[in-house]
Amino acid sequence: MAYTIVGKSVPRIDAVAKVTGKAKYTDDFFERDMLVGKVLRSPYAHALVKHIDTTKAKELPGVKAVLTYQDVPQIKFATAGHPFNLDPSHQDKADRLILTGKARFVGDAVAAVVATDELIAEEALRLIEVEYEQLEALLTSEAAMKEGAPLIHEDCPHNILSDRGFRMGNLEEAFLAADTVVEGEYETSMVQHCHLENHISYAYVDTHDRIVIVTSTQIPHIIRRIVGQALGIPWGRIRVIKPYVGGGFGAKQDACLEPLTAAMTLAVGGQPVKLNYSREECMIDTRRRHDFKFKIKSGVTRDGKILGMHIEAVSNTGAYASHGHSIAGAGGSKFRYLYAIPAIKYEPKTVYTNLPVAGAMRGYGSPQMVYALECHIEDIAKKLNLDPIEIRRKNLIEIGHVDPLSQNKIMSSGIRECIDKGKALIRWEAKKEAYQQQAGDKRRGLGMAAFSYASGTHPIGLEIAGARIVLNQDGSVQVQIGATEIGQGSDTVFAQMVAEVLGLPIDRVHVVSEQDTDISPFDTGAYASRQTYISGMAVKKAAEEIKAKILDFAWGLTDIPAHALDLKEQNVVYKHSGESVLPLAEVALSTYYDTVFAQPITSDVSNNARVNAVPYGVTFAEVEVDLKTGKIEILEIYNVHDSGTIVNPRLAEGQVHGGVSMGIGYALSEQLLFDPKTGKPLNNNLLDYKLPTIMDTPDIGVAFVETHEPTGSFGVKSLGEPPALSPAPAIRNAVLDATGVAFNQLPMNPQRVFEKLKQAGLI
Amino acid sequence: MYDIQNYQEALTLSEATETLTRNPRMRIIAGGTDLLIKLHGGQIEAAELLSIRNIEALSHIEKRPDGVISIGPLATFTQMTQDPVIKAHVPILAEAAVSMGGPQIRNIATIGGNVCNGATSADSASSLFALEAELVLISSRGSRVLPISEFYLGPGKVDLRAGEILTEIRILPRHYVGFGGHYIKFAMRKAMDIATLGVAVLCKLEAGNILAEVKIGLGVAGPTPLRCFEAEAYAVGKAVSTDVLNEVGRLAIRSAKARTSWRASKEYREHLIQELVPRALREAIVQAGGGEIA
Ligand SMILES: Cc1cc2nc3c(=O)[nH]c(=O)nc-3n(C[C@H](O)[C@H](O)[C@H](O)COP(=O)(O)OP(=O)(O)OC[C@H]3O[C@@H](n4cnc5c(N)ncnc54)[C@H](O)[C@@H]3O)c2cc1C
Repeated sequence: MAYTIVGKSVPRIDAVAKVTGKAKYTDDFFERDMLVGKVLRSPYAHALVKHIDTTKAKELPGVKAVLTYQDVPQIKFATAGHPFNLDPSHQDKADRLILTGKARFVGDAVAAVVATDELIAEEALRLIEVEYEQLEALLTSEAAMKEGAPLIHEDCPHNILSDRGFRMGNLEEAFLAADTVVEGEYETSMVQHCHLENHISYAYVDTHDRIVIVTSTQIPHIIRRIVGQALGIPWGRIRVIKPYVGGGFGAKQDACLEPLTAAMTLAVGGQPVKLNYSREECMIDTRRRHDFKFKIKSGVTRDGKILGMHIEAVSNTGAYASHGHSIAGAGGSKFRYLYAIPAIKYEPKTVYTNLPVAGAMRGYGSPQMVYALECHIEDIAKKLNLDPIEIRRKNLIEIGHVDPLSQNKIMSSGIRECIDKGKALIRWEAKKEAYQQQAGDKRRGLGMAAFSYASGTHPIGLEIAGARIVLNQDGSVQVQIGATEIGQGSDTVFAQMVAEVLGLPIDRVHVVSEQDTDISPFDTGAYASRQTYISGMAVKKAAEEIKAKILDFAWGLTDIPAHALDLKEQNVVYKHSGESVLPLAEVALSTYYDTVFAQPITSDVSNNARVNAVPYGVTFAEVEVDLKTGKIEILEIYNVHDSGTIVNPRLAEGQVHGGVSMGIGYALSEQLLFDPKTGKPLNNNLLDYKLPTIMDTPDIGVAFVETHEPTGSFGVKSLGEPPALSPAPAIRNAVLDATGVAFNQLPMNPQRVFEKLKQAGLI
Repeated sequence: MYDIQNYQEALTLSEATETLTRNPRMRIIAGGTDLLIKLHGGQIEAAELLSIRNIEALSHIEKRPDGVISIGPLATFTQMTQDPVIKAHVPILAEAAVSMGGPQIRNIATIGGNVCNGATSADSASSLFALEAELVLISSRGSRVLPISEFYLGPGKVDLRAGEILTEIRILPRHYVGFGGHYIKFAMRKAMDIATLGVAVLCKLEAGNILAEVKIGLGVAGPTPLRCFEAEAYAVGKAVSTDVLNEVGRLAIRSAKARTSWRASKEYREHLIQELVPRALREAIVQAGGGEIA
């Protein structure tokens, strides 16, 4: 389909503001007499607070308040950034207090201080005397599930938060019909988002006795609800403002510090209080990715058709539920759109442990699942001596497929073309040939992996989005959306959509980037790769309403029926010929000032999307393994995506670069580590946590296979999370190709590669 | 917010030494890239800092008429990567310098801070060990000269006495003239990382392929940077061959005091020494005018 501005690499509308430093982030706002909040964290992984004495801390000059678990509402609340569910049985697990009398991980917040500056606040923390009774620390899922293990949360037997899986088809029959059964075990690691801007918020009570919270969040409207619940006050008494945000990747799809910030301002009579987590705090007391252990068993025919698959998964959610109960489920649902496997049994267990809390992170359970699945498919191919690409092709789902559980229907798929393109880009055949005979210390190999995903959360979650547009006197428009720009580029993409519908150049579309729950339309926020697809529907609907109103108004001015008119290049034109009728600015001015007919044009829409669209893609990777040092170097890597129409190719490439780089860290170096005896974090800083630098990131090849998704506005599907899904297994499969050694545990860092190569007799 | 109680800047060396004598609580700050991290981490509280950054006489790099290469402690890593004297005579130091941190850190971090911080992982240290550098330390009581190997006492501990300032790092001609060298920083990342192992090797050849002298400095192979004397002694007089190189690698392990930590196991660290010492030597031989070894 031919569009004017959708599909063009329009520069980010916030680019100049960001590179000149004009864009304001939470820490850039100043309130008069702003105080500083700090958190006292448990040094023990599992302990009861027996006694807590704050006298000395309170006496320190400059200290305005000291809070303990006794001073906050005793209302358990859920932190997960999901839309509220009217059905109590589907509501998120409420297992958290603002401050706790039972520490469940090293770093759990037991008390807090508000003071005039940071140094005084820190000094006050040292003056709080806490007596703990240590409990047995459960630092692995196995330990937590063991018979007789202490309960981390009293209401969860065996420390299992949830074990809801699914069955489809007849697995027993599938295994009987199979020629071979292939089994494998795969393990992923704990990683952290490492968004550029740490978690930060500040709060004060305004002149109407309402709590105003300015916060770096992906989900302002949800934060309002959660703070209301946590404090036990009406939701309308809370106002949440989201300024520019420096990344979130899911860690800010959660109420990590807003309830505490609100409690702090209440404790000092409404004076502004800022709570600004350090990187070290962020890495233990916000969220991290769930580490999973998988056991997969597949029944396969001789020629590689997969008849049935049994997947057991254990997901370690850490000390509190956060998104834990939904992540294993989400991981189990989104891969089903890739291969037509007639029978699947999925048995996940999500387990509480005394480790930092796992929550949403780019891919939401799917990076784990795609890793395990795509390692497993490779293992099947190897066992059956089949070409790894052909076995995948043989099992791919066709357009028209309806998932029996979600009822989501595949209406567009470019997965086959993605595979072809990736294969050509990396020159698969030629290199495979060239690497057949290799000697020496450095060995090269090729690998690939594929994925399917979703666009939003339907039918599990509500997919509501809002947009509001105002036509200005000069024919430009203001766009307000509830969806949040957090660095991914959604504001620019929405501006392009509005410009497309209204025939405007991009600089005539003014997007209000800030969300304010008092003012912004309702939208649940940035997560689940939903905004371009889901919020885009609302934006397009709002723009079309404006257009209809403009053309109606023009009808009144010109007597030409609205259905004969269109908008193009800032003019009202004849639809059939494009001939100009009136400048848009003239119409706009009349809507404000016509003495008889003035009625400024606005639209304010909400859209409840009850559809989902499946994006696809692949990673192709070429690696070189130094057999002597265990170092893996990525020589080439390509991600090819079917995300429907690409609204802005350059921004889309940026998403892919970021996702692949995240995938490379997941594959090769990143891992949060804890002392196995005490649960103390070992590397909660960016020196010891090996996030790859730009020097570690190879040139990332990006390509798109554009399909047209009928349910998406302008044919779009999601792209936010997908790039992070397939790099790790593709790299693992390339390492397998290079060395003959199957690595089934992430990350494949040099120490681990060394050990494994040694076991395999290669060192 | 840093817990800094007092901050002063000295313009001359004597002003600095006098200030340190008057107030023994004062700590020197150069680039601050180690010190401020410690302040941030709470290892130093209520800091009183004396900045020496404005003492111009301390940032030189020069070759003196007697051939001694003199490096001021305030020379930054960026300076060392670009300096013509370093590049011409001790290129191994430029290699070490460029492996350090990232551009912003290299612009501000100093070699004096790197040495005085006392870390076994300091990227300049293994090369300075191999080059047998001498340190000049000055206080209001006088000055002394110390071989770098005696300066390092333990992890984060150096022989810097009260009121002393490192004012010069010297490399004598007999330790660099005619040598070829190579530094390998083995780390988990290609930038912004501390070494898992630092290997600095210098060598001199006779008759094209006889090893006349070999010096091996290792970082992160023990609590301080160290030399591998046994391996060095073995190499002297040997004709270059793969077997000799491998034996040098094997013997180098004997001088190391590697231990297991969550960062890497002893076994892996020793394996790396065995593997990377010959790799560095191989390249050093080429730099010294020898041939490539098949
Ligand atoms: C992001 C980052 C990356 C880094 N990467 C690396 C790396 O790759 N490799 C590496 O080796 N290091 C690295 N470092 C550590 C640090 O940058 C270096 O050790 C640096 O050389 C320290 O120099 P400085 O001038 O900043 O020292 P400062 O922090 O100013 O001082 C360090 C110590 O030396 C003392 N001191 C400084 N100068 C003198 C003097 N002339 N006389 C007496 N005492 C003195 C100070 O009192 C202090 O105790 C990194 C640091 C950071 C923050």
